[in-house]
Amino acid sequence: MDKIYSINGPVVKVKNSKSFSMNEMVYVGKKKLIAEVISVSSEFTTIQVYEGTTGLMPGEPVVGTGAAMSATLGPGIITNIFDGIERPLRDLAELTGAFIGDGAAVNSLDTGKKYSVTLKVKPGDRLAAGQIYAACPETASVEHRCMLSPLSHGGEVVWTAPDGEYTVNDTVVKLKTDAGEEELTLCQRWPIRTPRPVAERLPTDKPLVTGQRVIDTIAPVAKGGTAAIPGGFGTGKTMTQHQFAKWCDADIIVYIGCGERGNEMTQVLEEFSELVDPRTGKPLTERTVLIANTSNMPVSAREASIYTGITLAEYYRDMGYHIAIMADSTSRWAEALRELSGRLEEMPAEEGFPAYLPSRISEFYERAGYVKTLSGSEGSVTIIGAVSPQGSDFSEPVTQNTKRFVRCFLALDKNLAYARHYPAINWTTSYSEYIDELADYYNKNVASDYMEVRQQISNILVEENKLMEIVKLMGSDVLPDDQKLLIETARIVRVGFLQQNAYHKDDTYVPLDKQYRMMTLILKFFELGKAALAQGITVSGVLGTGWAENIIKVKYDIPNDRPEMFGEYTERMEKDFAALSGGVTVGA
Amino acid sequence: MELKYIGLDEINGPLVALQGVSGIGYDEMAELRLTDGTRRLARVVEVSEDRAVLQVFEGTKGLSLGNTTTKFEGKPMELPLSKEMLGRIFSGAGRPIDGLGEIYPEKFADINGKPINPVSREYPRNYINTGISSIDALMTLIRGQKLPIFSGSGLSHNKLAVQIVRQARLAEENGQDFAIVFGAMGVKNDVADYFRRSFEETGSLQRVVMFLNMSNDPIIERILTPRCALTCAEYLAFEHDMHILVILTDMTAYAEALREFSSSKGEIPARKGYPGYLYSDLASLYERAGIVKGRNGSVTQIPILTMPNDDITHPVPDLTGYITEGQIVLDRSLDQTGVYPAVAVLPSLSRLMKDGIGEGYTREDHQMCANQLFAAYARVADARSLASVIGEEELSAVDKSYLRFGRLFEKHFIDQGFDVNRTIAKTLDLGWLLLSTLPKSELDRTDDEHLAKFYDPEKAAAEFGL
Repeated sequence: MDKIYSINGPVVKVKNSKSFSMNEMVYVGKKKLIAEVISVSSEFTTIQVYEGTTGLMPGEPVVGTGAAMSATLGPGIITNIFDGIERPLRDLAELTGAFIGDGAAVNSLDTGKKYSVTLKVKPGDRLAAGQIYAACPETASVEHRCMLSPLSHGGEVVWTAPDGEYTVNDTVVKLKTDAGEEELTLCQRWPIRTPRPVAERLPTDKPLVTGQRVIDTIAPVAKGGTAAIPGGFGTGKTMTQHQFAKWCDADIIVYIGCGERGNEMTQVLEEFSELVDPRTGKPLTERTVLIANTSNMPVSAREASIYTGITLAEYYRDMGYHIAIMADSTSRWAEALRELSGRLEEMPAEEGFPAYLPSRISEFYERAGYVKTLSGSEGSVTIIGAVSPQGSDFSEPVTQNTKRFVRCFLALDKNLAYARHYPAINWTTSYSEYIDELADYYNKNVASDYMEVRQQISNILVEENKLMEIVKLMGSDVLPDDQKLLIETARIVRVGFLQQNAYHKDDTYVPLDKQYRMMTLILKFFELGKAALAQGITVSGVLGTGWAENIIKVKYDIPNDRPEMFGEYTERMEKDFAALSGGVTVGA
Repeated sequence: MELKYIGLDEINGPLVALQGVSGIGYDEMAELRLTDGTRRLARVVEVSEDRAVLQVFEGTKGLSLGNTTTKFEGKPMELPLSKEMLGRIFSGAGRPIDGLGEIYPEKFADINGKPINPVSREYPRNYINTGISSIDALMTLIRGQKLPIFSGSGLSHNKLAVQIVRQARLAEENGQDFAIVFGAMGVKNDVADYFRRSFEETGSLQRVVMFLNMSNDPIIERILTPRCALTCAEYLAFEHDMHILVILTDMTAYAEALREFSSSKGEIPARKGYPGYLYSDLASLYERAGIVKGRNGSVTQIPILTMPNDDITHPVPDLTGYITEGQIVLDRSLDQTGVYPAVAVLPSLSRLMKDGIGEGYTREDHQMCANQLFAAYARVADARSLASVIGEEELSAVDKSYLRFGRLFEKHFIDQGFDVNRTIAKTLDLGWLLLSTLPKSELDRTDDEHLAKFYDPEKAAAEFGL
């Protein structure tokens, strides 16, 4: 039997053993703490323990499981809340009370619950890896589809159970394969560090609609794409992640609280059970999986939580769903890598981070994608990772390396947050490489000139940015009237369009159509304003119409379900401007 | 049979190593007895089959390879706990130092605590009225929150902490119990004394448990101090249903102790020499605030830290800000102009505020008033930097009104004084009155309904003598 040789924090070593393989899951000590093998040499096997090691002694047993660190996949995942190694926290709470104890053995999935299963194959059918053999309703919003594990080589169905009520461990299909008979239950296991295979990767040309104006319009994310949200503390990373999780049009949300605050996870739990998914009318929890490994839970489980989360997401993607993963925060994960690397006495690269940091980050983000699954349907995994740069300095290694591997960068700005401009996404430093791929979708589905309108709005902001340099030096009084008008219009864009109130019932989610109409209304104001200036009316005259303030309040005053009101607004505005120039002799 | 090991094999800083030991658990406690009869406590920080590395809490001064015997206790460091701890003073390692003798323990608890299961937490919602306008209105403290004070050397953080303790209504009037746990890490003797005197003056000394590690006490003990304090707080909160306010000062000294300890262990440093696990380590302290479902007590934390060179991006305030639920930042230039408390409004924040204010908690207009004050004060900063370039005279009328708002806001709202205790209603009314000195069109974070109710430029002009 193998025994512990030494212990240093979460790192345990076993001497002179040949029984372990790389990344194998093992049980350490009498308490059977869950752990993973992270390096093997002829002298020492190094193991990282996913639970607290206090009280562990050299000489205690280490037992291998023969399998890589894996997640159990099957019905019962949605609505659940897990720790970083897929232990359901509610069951842990029943077992060890309000404070998490060590060595608690709980099943990942509820083995007692029965699901009403419909078989999708019959004896004589050929079943290949990734094909669906059974389905059952998992929650009111999600149908669970059981697929033959991609690890299997496939075979012929020789027996199926009748449709009916089964638990996750009941055999429902028997398969004759080259290697003998295989019994299929409702669940399977998959090594968390290995991406699940797909038939083909497809282009990312559909947006993940979030209802957040600055994201959907200025820097959109594609389904199957990757986005990073970097920001110092207090800039609203978590808030932005929550808005994504609540409103984006994915089928399933995997929310990974990686090394973040306990109270935040409690808030997600509470809020999501009260909120209603606008598309299904069911509580948001019915489409959400939470992975909570808070900052004070074991650091090695924090490192694993990211992989557990993405494995769950890929599993549902293979059923043909669109998944969005919120990882809050990837910096905490990178720090967990650094901490463990330090314990292993590896040679550090930048700021103490291990040299393999960039490759780990890219491996993670590359697991996103819009794909054709093995069973022939389409599914996607979108990754939205929060980054917490040290000292709000975007040049630090995690932000820089993340920037290389994501295609949408939503930079949060401290100064905007200080001014309580939320979401504090800076419109000049943020970008999305998906714009070109998504242009077709917007132009076809929302309005044929959507991208053009977007560009005009964007130009106003860029222009304002330049003018502000002058204003900062000499004040706004020195500017000519047309530039003053531009600055006023830019203010409408900033306050009326980019700022969005997450606590307002209408403004928290705005459909693309309303976003478009808001933009055209602002451009109309700009156009009318310019025409008025051309007729000799001053900027204060233009502002005197009160339309700048009216447009800013449109987000509250026009409900999401009354788009026709924009027509009335435009007419009234035109009338008011006509009255304005009525005082001046128009060269008619 | 009791096993004792004679002698040591290596001494390095606060660490000692023993060879040929067996049956030692990780994190276990040990007692070192010197030949002169004195005892020291130590903890196992690394263990292998035949070797154990121990950190000695009282330091290794005077130890030699031959003059000690070591006895292992077979369990991690535990703190004896009892309700009798209220009113007592302990060392940083949890031993009584007020000369009143040992306490009679009701139970022992591992000082490292255990993480609260997120599903067992209750989301904090009840606000704590501190009577300080800037905090109550703009960064409301919530029961069960961890809200640090980011300060600098020479600023009035201690005074502010005392004022919060004195004025804070921690428990509602329905007779719930409250107490204060005070943990001092590496503070000067007179600072500890200031707190003790202040608690005495407010008559709350009987409700205070103090854990004191002075700046000349051993650094290893400093690493234990906040853990002892929080273990005591958790015990009082979750087993005796009390509302506990924990004040920890100074977290920077704590982090420095951790750095010293880490470097003596030969660990690879991350930023500014601090160990790579500084974030996890700080989190293991800060996350011990909160409310647990089914228990009536709560633990609220106000850690105080001094930012070296007033640098908020220094690893200690930076990592703290990522863990805690907001921060109260003090500002040196405000302090120099005599403003007390010198709260820098813009970088300060309370994350739990939004769910603990408004109707049913404070007042329905609270959020709107706070948003507008933040937005207006952010504009003041812009107007000031513009004025410093082109001169105040050249500013537009709107910018001038912002400058005036900024002056009035700092004078009447932030600068409150040590003895003034304002109700939340008074604070919010004052906020609206200050906003009324701005042109109505500038108030874009409110709506017409609230403006009709609260916007009153004439009253403001009369009040502020404009």
